[in-house]
Amino acid sequence: MNSRTERPAEDEHDSAYSGLLVNDAHWAFGAAPVPEGHGEDPLAGLDTTVPAGVDAPTLATYALMLGDDALVMSHRIAEWTSNAPDLEDDIALSNIALDLLGQARLLLARAARADASVVPVLPEGSPAPPEDALAYFREAHELRNVRLAEVVNGDFAEATVRILLFSVWRLATWERLRSSADHVLAAVAAKGVKELAYHRDYAARWFVTLAQGTPESRRRLLAALDALWPLWPELFDTHPVEAAAAESGVGVDPAAVRDAAEAVLDQVLDAADVPRPSAPRRAGVLGRTGRDGMHGEALGRMLAEMQSVARAHPRGVW
Amino acid sequence: MAAARSVAAGVTDPELPMLTLADLGVLRGVEVVDDSHVVVEITPTYSGCPAMAAMRDDLVRALTGAGFEQVEVRISLHPAWTTDWITPAGRVALAAAGISPPGPAPSADGPIPLTLLPTARQVRCPQCDSPATELVSEFGSTACKAQYRCTSCLEPFDHVKEI
Repeated sequence: MNSRTERPAEDEHDSAYSGLLVNDAHWAFGAAPVPEGHGEDPLAGLDTTVPAGVDAPTLATYALMLGDDALVMSHRIAEWTSNAPDLEDDIALSNIALDLLGQARLLLARAARADASVVPVLPEGSPAPPEDALAYFREAHELRNVRLAEVVNGDFAEATVRILLFSVWRLATWERLRSSADHVLAAVAAKGVKELAYHRDYAARWFVTLAQGTPESRRRLLAALDALWPLWPELFDTHPVEAAAAESGVGVDPAAVRDAAEAVLDQVLDAADVPRPSAPRRAGVLGRTGRDGMHGEALGRMLAEMQSVARAHPRGVW
Repeated sequence: MAAARSVAAGVTDPELPMLTLADLGVLRGVEVVDDSHVVVEITPTYSGCPAMAAMRDDLVRALTGAGFEQVEVRISLHPAWTTDWITPAGRVALAAAGISPPGPAPSADGPIPLTLLPTARQVRCPQCDSPATELVSEFGSTACKAQYRCTSCLEPFDHVKEI
């Protein structure tokens, strides 16, 4: 018996909404006087000085790469909202998308603080903060995300495999990024690993469940793994910016996390009794891949939808 | 100083209004610079926590109302928030509101082991106190909660997951 139902009906705590009505200001953002420069800044008050001996454009571009991975992956996962197979997974996918969006926001803000020249110039009077300018006012070729993040969504098995590959790799990278010489990146990573651990476990459990489920669920899972496998090796390529970031102590060389990531992935494949796929890697275009701004055409369409409102109203106040 | 601290500590979380920001452990510092200027430091629970703007606005409003003309709200990212910072009073308030409080957080140092089986937790039903509960999903109505159900009284409930 729910003890709460025994309370008098007039008890203000009886309504799930009562707490929300105490203070209408919760729903009127911007109503309070907010000091200049502290509005929506996710790094308000943090020391964002570029560490000594670190090249600012390198740090900014490296932060953009990590931020763009999260931004694009978040948007693809968010497309599942209201479309997942059941309510629990709809909520799970939305939560994962939200965590990644938060990571993207911090990283894009960090990039802008390290080197303001990476931020697109907006029309005079635009109130968009730098991280929004970076998210909503760059073209596809200016994004540095790995191509795994941008693939058009498939079925739920595809979402499972993609989140598994992405979070196995990202967590292996971020475990090391916790000791970045840039204390903003280090703090973002220390927070992010806790979130990514939940994402990885969620995808790994579904991977095993689908592989060991029905012939149809296994068929779909293997098809998704085969389709995404060619994009796995790209995650461990070392772009010159990543090499420079690793060299100066602020970044992680992707090649250095390959063994750790493969070991975790093998654990999942073993538990699911799924053989490692053998499909060759997807080639770049003249050797250029996601980190160079070379993307599939799907990213352009995704951005067109994601950015349309912000671009139509660059002076809009939300 | 004590007044500013107690005003800031009394501000409630926008999504868990039974908890103050101090009980939740997100209020990391209150520093009175002078009679008219106070600096408050808060930390997000999760990277994407959408309540940060509301927390900041509520802090500014409360401290402005307490006589401070200049209220600065700074973000603290390190060390990362952990559910271990939820106070004993906060845990009591959560349980009273039908939300199962978190157990001890796992260590966040070193490599994080893969967990293929559902997380084993000793969770008691906040409604009927039965230990017979089962995990529905690791993700719930907000980023910080998992969904459980009680197999005794059959009520669903939220559990604040350990991070």
